Amino acid sequence: MGNEGVKSSRRKFLKSAATASGAILGYSLLKSSQYLVYAAEPEDPNLPWYGIVIDVEKCIGCGACAKACKNENDVPVEPFFFRTWVEQYTVKNDGSVEIQSPNGGIDGFTQTVPDEEIFKSFFVPKMCNHCAKSPCVQVCPVGATYDSPEGIVLVDEKYCIGCRYCVQACPYGCRFIHPVKKVASKCTLCYHRIKKGLAPACMETCPTGARMYGNLRDKNSEIVKFLKEHTTQVLRPNLNTGAKLYYNALSSEVR
Amino acid sequence: MKFYVPPQLKRLAIAFAVFIVLFLVLRKFLVPDSFGQYGHYRGDSLADNALPEIHYAGQQACLDCHQDIEDLKAKDVHARIHCETCHGPGQKHVLSGEASDILKPDSREFCGNCHGKNAAKKPGTIVQVQLSEHNTDKKCIECHNPHQPWEMKE
Repeated sequence: MGNEGVKSSRRKFLKSAATASGAILGYSLLKSSQYLVYAAEPEDPNLPWYGIVIDVEKCIGCGACAKACKNENDVPVEPFFFRTWVEQYTVKNDGSVEIQSPNGGIDGFTQTVPDEEIFKSFFVPKMCNHCAKSPCVQVCPVGATYDSPEGIVLVDEKYCIGCRYCVQACPYGCRFIHPVKKVASKCTLCYHRIKKGLAPACMETCPTGARMYGNLRDKNSEIVKFLKEHTTQVLRPNLNTGAKLYYNALSSEVR
Repeated sequence: MKFYVPPQLKRLAIAFAVFIVLFLVLRKFLVPDSFGQYGHYRGDSLADNALPEIHYAGQQACLDCHQDIEDLKAKDVHARIHCETCHGPGQKHVLSGEASDILKPDSREFCGNCHGKNAAKKPGTIVQVQLSEHNTDKKCIECHNPHQPWEMKE
């Protein structure tokens, strides 16, 4: 008899558990309200999906981009806060690599290694990769950083609590804590400019056209044409960040 | 068979219900209305990010007044370079029209940012000058017109 009781109560328990889980599943499927269940909406195919191309071969290391970025976005002029910057890589004949970025390249570069010791040397402009699967977005505990419907990683300055988790998470070192606002700050691909139909400040001022941005969804856009015709690579592809900043002629020394 | 619910469980259930209701009410007031509009973030933040004023006016704004300079530039190697690359942010100048609101850099170092000799610049793509050797006593613009570098002034 005792055995019977256990069986029937187990049956009852299973029944009610199935009903409850069914109800929860049904509720999340219905999505009648986003009040409890947040899920990213499917991306709008009518909106552009931005990507960036940087042609390492064209960069002359003048630092106009880094300077323009600071001017445009009121990034503190004090050193070591950059939304975009330029690095000079010098591979020496003995195989060692020297990387330098004096003041982010804003004041130009002076060659420090004599010609006869250099195997090769090149400039690499860096900026936010606007990853489709951004580590920085994934770690934000309050939902203050996000992938916009146009594929731009943005920061909600009113919502950010300045916990620095995203600064640690970015494998490209593209974030910093704004020393005055005390919130995370980063490249917005000049969201305020592209919304007005203007090019981002770094691309507006690049004298050699080493930088390009455009709609990856539009198969006739200049950027897609460039990607078709060139062998491009993203930084740290092994991390599977879905980076949308493509480098042309990138050397393997670049980290 | 009558299902027996012990009184301590009943009290616990009531406590749970109160907690959940309280949680939902608090959430209603604490979470911004636009949160979750597009994803796990405040939808209004998109507008916030589009808010800042521009400082660089864009090439078209320069051409609206200075088409003559553009024509000059078009004849020489600096043709593709936008005005604000050298002249700095121009929105203030566009709005005021004052010459003092735009930069006119003339130092050797400024020209050297692009034209200084460096092994990382591909030979043949840009003219490179050893600043410490090339006419050290003169400013670049004393001989070269920045808008037409090869139309020598003297």
